Amino acid sequence: MNIVETGLSWWQVKPDVLWTDWLIYALLIVVAVFINHARQHEHLRAPWRLILRRRLAMSSCIILLAFATVGLLDSVHFRQAVEQRSDGTIRYGNESISLFDQIVLPLKKYTEKTYSAPFAVQLYSKENIEMDDGSMRRDYPRLKYGGAHLADKPSARYEDIKSRVITALWKAGVLIVAITIILALWRGAKRSQGLACSLRSMWLGHGDIPWKTIIATLAFIIILISLSLHLATVYHIFGTDKVGQDVFYLTLKSIRTGLVIGTLTTLVMLPFAIMLGIMAGYYRGWIDDVIQYIYTTLSSIPSVLLIVAAVLMIQVIIDNNPDVFSTLQQRADVKLLALCFILGITSWTGLCRLLRGESLKLREADYIQAAQSFGVSNLKIITRHILPNVMHIVLILVVIDFSGLVLAEAVLSYVGVGVDPSMISWGNMINGARLEMAREPIVWWSLMAAFVFMLMLVLTANLFADAVRDAFDPRLRNS
Amino acid sequence: MLTYILRRLMYAIPILIGVNLITFSLFFIVNTPDNIARMQLGVKNVTPAAIEKWKANHGYDKPLLFNKNNDGMAAFTDTIFYTKSVKLFVFDFGSSDEGRDISHDIQQRMWPSLAIAIPSLLVGLLVNITLAMLLAFFRGTYIDITGVIAGIFLISISALFYIIGGQYIMSKLWHLVPISGYSEGFSGFKFLILPVAIAIVGGVGSGTRWYRTIFLEEINKDYVRTARAKGLSEIGVLFRHVLKNAMIPILTGVVVIIPLLFMGSLLTESFFGIPGLGSYTIDAIHAQDFAIVRAMVFLGSVLYIIGLILTDISYTLVDPRIRLS
Amino acid sequence: MTDTLLKVQNLQTHFDTPRGILRAVDGVSFDIRQGETFALLGESGCGKSMTALSLMQLVPEPAGSIVGGNVLLDGNDVLQYSEAQMRPIRGSRIAMIFQEPQTSLNPVLTIGDQIRETVYQHTSLRNDAAKQRVIELLDSVGIPDPERRYAEYPHQLSGGMKQRIMIAIALAGEPDLLIADEPTTALDVTIQAQVLDLLKKIQAETGMAILLITHDLGVVAGMANRVGVMYAGQIVELADSETFFKTPRHPYAEKLFASLPGDMKRGQALAVIKGSVPPLTQQFSGCRFVERCDYALGVCRDTVPVWLESQVRCHRYDQHWQQLFDSQALHNVDQQTINRSNPSEDLLLQVDDLKVHFPVHKGLFRRLTGHVKAVDGVSLSIRKAHTLALVGESGCGKTTAGKGLLQLLPVTAGEVIYNGVDLCAQSASKMRNLRADLQIIFQDPYASMNPRMLVGDIIAEGMIAQNIVKTKQQRSERTKQLLEQVGLPADSINRYPHEFSGGQRQRICIARALAVNPKLIVCDEPTSALDVSVQAQILNLLQSLQSELALSFLFITHNISVVEYLAHEVAVMYLGRIVEQGSVEEVLHSPKHPYTQALLSAVPVIDAKTQKEVIQLEGDLPSPMNPPLGCHFHPRCIHAMQVCHDHYPQTVNFSVSHAVKCHLYAPS
Repeated sequence: MNIVETGLSWWQVKPDVLWTDWLIYALLIVVAVFINHARQHEHLRAPWRLILRRRLAMSSCIILLAFATVGLLDSVHFRQAVEQRSDGTIRYGNESISLFDQIVLPLKKYTEKTYSAPFAVQLYSKENIEMDDGSMRRDYPRLKYGGAHLADKPSARYEDIKSRVITALWKAGVLIVAITIILALWRGAKRSQGLACSLRSMWLGHGDIPWKTIIATLAFIIILISLSLHLATVYHIFGTDKVGQDVFYLTLKSIRTGLVIGTLTTLVMLPFAIMLGIMAGYYRGWIDDVIQYIYTTLSSIPSVLLIVAAVLMIQVIIDNNPDVFSTLQQRADVKLLALCFILGITSWTGLCRLLRGESLKLREADYIQAAQSFGVSNLKIITRHILPNVMHIVLILVVIDFSGLVLAEAVLSYVGVGVDPSMISWGNMINGARLEMAREPIVWWSLMAAFVFMLMLVLTANLFADAVRDAFDPRLRNS
Repeated sequence: MLTYILRRLMYAIPILIGVNLITFSLFFIVNTPDNIARMQLGVKNVTPAAIEKWKANHGYDKPLLFNKNNDGMAAFTDTIFYTKSVKLFVFDFGSSDEGRDISHDIQQRMWPSLAIAIPSLLVGLLVNITLAMLLAFFRGTYIDITGVIAGIFLISISALFYIIGGQYIMSKLWHLVPISGYSEGFSGFKFLILPVAIAIVGGVGSGTRWYRTIFLEEINKDYVRTARAKGLSEIGVLFRHVLKNAMIPILTGVVVIIPLLFMGSLLTESFFGIPGLGSYTIDAIHAQDFAIVRAMVFLGSVLYIIGLILTDISYTLVDPRIRLS
Repeated sequence: MTDTLLKVQNLQTHFDTPRGILRAVDGVSFDIRQGETFALLGESGCGKSMTALSLMQLVPEPAGSIVGGNVLLDGNDVLQYSEAQMRPIRGSRIAMIFQEPQTSLNPVLTIGDQIRETVYQHTSLRNDAAKQRVIELLDSVGIPDPERRYAEYPHQLSGGMKQRIMIAIALAGEPDLLIADEPTTALDVTIQAQVLDLLKKIQAETGMAILLITHDLGVVAGMANRVGVMYAGQIVELADSETFFKTPRHPYAEKLFASLPGDMKRGQALAVIKGSVPPLTQQFSGCRFVERCDYALGVCRDTVPVWLESQVRCHRYDQHWQQLFDSQALHNVDQQTINRSNPSEDLLLQVDDLKVHFPVHKGLFRRLTGHVKAVDGVSLSIRKAHTLALVGESGCGKTTAGKGLLQLLPVTAGEVIYNGVDLCAQSASKMRNLRADLQIIFQDPYASMNPRMLVGDIIAEGMIAQNIVKTKQQRSERTKQLLEQVGLPADSINRYPHEFSGGQRQRICIARALAVNPKLIVCDEPTSALDVSVQAQILNLLQSLQSELALSFLFITHNISVVEYLAHEVAVMYLGRIVEQGSVEEVLHSPKHPYTQALLSAVPVIDAKTQKEVIQLEGDLPSPMNPPLGCHFHPRCIHAMQVCHDHYPQTVNFSVSHAVKCHLYAPS
């Protein structure tokens, strides 16, 4: 697996697309199609413009995009070449690596022996260390990687951190200024303003787009990236966990898990919910009765228990058929996908009910009756009149559900019916941290890292969802 | 009224049958009893004989739906479907995979669950309504905006953190209350404070947010303008007119979850070591005791459906528009 | 002491909207004297209601705020009052009733509680004394059986009753001024007559002043002592009622009169006020009416007209400019005549005993326990190029009849014969082919177009479904041509419905119906959501289309003056059945059925001389679920006899066309 030894470059790879990867790509296509569609339709563009104007929503959106970027990079999987055989063929490793892993390779590789605190240079617990002279001493051993560049001057740590922070901020500052100027030029070019003039009106907040907020948010992200580039490569900025893995790496990897649960679940359930909901509302009669029966029955089972039951059953299937999956990773991936399906099945009922109600209202609308008086077919009425007029509800619910699903992953993983224990996720991190809280002195950093990142993702998602709801349909407040 | 309740009860029957069929297919068709046995026994002990023995011990050695070996009714009753699923209808939950009597366990364990759930619900309701009224009173001001953003912040924190953080600060750092545990009677009070407090704090974000929107929706209605035109004070308008109308959706929203209080909370109970039905379920999940999970799924659905019926009834009680039509 | 009760000076109320500051009320001044009725007249969006709410300081916050002016009540400026000081004023000195009685009462409090609340707030009466007072109030507003009603909830009362309750609430504080904001707009014309009558009676008893806010010239004529005409946030003319109705001075007021449809104007085009009210978010540099005024000169554009001594805001009456106007001829003087269609005698469509019943399920097993007989045996015949008006109050089933006729609702029984085939017996696919001939225009132009579709696509939808024009090219040509036909620019095809005003949208809807070359259009109250001036545009358009294309209309409406103006024949509907039909002259000039007589007498008219004695109808429209036995109308009929109670009357023919269902005219 080690690249250097084999003399192969890291880009000599074989794509290895996981199931969830495929679906994420599909989701990307859906989003791209939607954006393209929305650009051409004023009634779709207008609410988005409203969202862009809201400062809190705008900065949430940018942070979410940053999260999404990490998640997407982490969804491009491949296997690396490990060996070039004599016949020229290349042997590929067993482990799938993502593009993101490749980018943060140091974080992934630099594993210590066990716990170490953030920015520590020593392990968190004492061990017997063999001294140079062969004697044994009980002390905190030096970390293999954390602060390794300090060599035998660990006391210089604070100085080192300080100088690295300064360099990081300095570089980030330059980048921010550069980006600001580029944005100002771009903005100026559109309305034929000079740079100075453009900068000034950006600062004064002229126009609809809150440039100050955008730049501040970008600056925040750039500073964070710059700091981690300078610090995380030589220290474990969030410490290490029980088996010595870098917690910063773990929490970054958790982003993908959270995003997958939050997005794929809705992607899975949408076709059901939309089709059944609209059909029930539009056709009424026995179709309505059957669909209502299905969703009332499903929603009468408390969702946690239904999820528990379904996940347990899926686990039995997977455990009983170990030979289907070639790697542990694939197995975990299929489990994740199954979890998305199960969450999807348990959560489509709410949307379905809402859509049914809305279609029931819409079918009485004058314009539907007008279409009926022209003899337009039912299918066409549904696709041309009803569907476009309920899409805003779908959109609102999708964004609202997202944060709930990310939170649900943590709880389910804690309960033991979430993602595979081998998969890196915030739920698993918290689950592990629970025992660490009982240690003396306590190991708090895993929990803290998961807390901060989860809060950031869920909070921005909630703020964004709020703006989306206000822009598309303020009446839908209490759902 | 009576016909109405009867009709609601009648509607519940097909839904319960549906729930029963779903659980049955989940637990016995998606996975055969053989699979479960293999799973329970672990990879090492799997021999066909061991599987058969395990099934016989746990009553899974019957055919699923139809028993050819028996005549008459017994052909249907001497099956897994009858013994494991149909009997749920009479609340005969059978015994767990470990051999314990589930019905007995449930009867014992629901009280601790209620001891946590009822105070959490009542105090939480009071807190949420008060805060929501305050925000509605100060609508459009900075107090309101701050409150709304604080609410979003609170709902963005996972329930796990509320519990872990609460335990750490209140018990470990300040030693105010025991970190976990439970005891009967008045002495058990100290064990309840923290879980109840955490349940309230954990729910205050979403509760207040929801109630606030209900209040605001009511405040913008025409009858409120009429009340103001009468010369009533803002407080009078809020309490006499808005609160009374807003209580309809609030109360009916609460009624639906009242029966489910018996089930307890999975997280709170397992973290605080409270011997309620929530921790019972969690333990069953960890032990992969499917009999208990099956029983809890069915029980949960029954309670939820009761909640729905109670909701409908409470609607007719509190809303004169429905009561008198 | 003057007898001025309330003096409003330069009142300004602004709204903060995404499009800028909206000056809803922009410098309004008027006086209200003790005991008089002052009417504030104007079309929707001119700031009448906001003026009223400003007087009470009930402007919806935080979006709206009163930014200037004085409101002097007995010489004290109430705008300076704090919220706490204002409270004793509201309800006690100034009370208010609103447009929508349906939503203006608290649904979960009994009506007794809601009235008593005001009694408690403004009087020292408590407990039994208060209850006694509430019952007195209920009695005084004409609520029968007040002691039983005391404990009832609003939803148990009809709309007219609710408005009476609102009046009782307002009276509870014995106010000096009652603000009535469109008090009868949501009510049917017979109920309107009851409520207006009640207001007059109470005013005579208590001597309170009324500020009546309305858009209906007829209501003003019947009620007001003095009139203020509002336009675009300002008062443009003040006059006492008599002078105003004799000689309205402001061009806007003049036009309002001219655009009213009615008997005398048959065969003429109605005067229209072109364009629409300018958005109040802008700063005006001239007269606000200039774009729509026939007299407008350059000066109207450049100089803001001031409020003149003669109580009008128009340069024409200003001495500085008068000469200018005198020397100029009116731009648009000649009254257009309109080609009325020559109705042929050929039958287009025949409806026989049409029934549309909606099942009602009740009880444990949701058994069918009855039917709402929305349409219960309606027979009509519509001739080519004719307009048949279907008249009735809300809930009488006229819209259901129209939709049932088009097979847009499942028909219970009856026949609709078109071109020799019975539409009710056609399969869905056969019916689909016939649909091009039969079209419909709806009441609410805001709800009748898919907001997500371009106007071009909306109009083309029918052509595609009916396969009328084959190629895309031809379709877009035809769409453009249709738009021009209804008086809209051809480039509208690439715009969305929300970019158009109500009247323009209704035009688009007409174009959409025309796209499939229909023979009959069911017009379901096409103008009732529109202002009078816009209504005139639409009526003109419909008339000219009829003569051009030989269209037949089934015109469903509750507005008698529109019927007088437009229709050839009239059918009057009551509780699912037609009680009287005939030609316009026959039905409107010599109505036979007591219901028709009452209905016509209740219509408020402008000219006081033609106002008939209002025949007051007792009570409300009964439920179509269990209509009264015998003649449906007998419980409210002043001529009711024993036979009316027992049998539904047979049809009596007065002429070939004029038929009435009433026992009064039965042969024996």
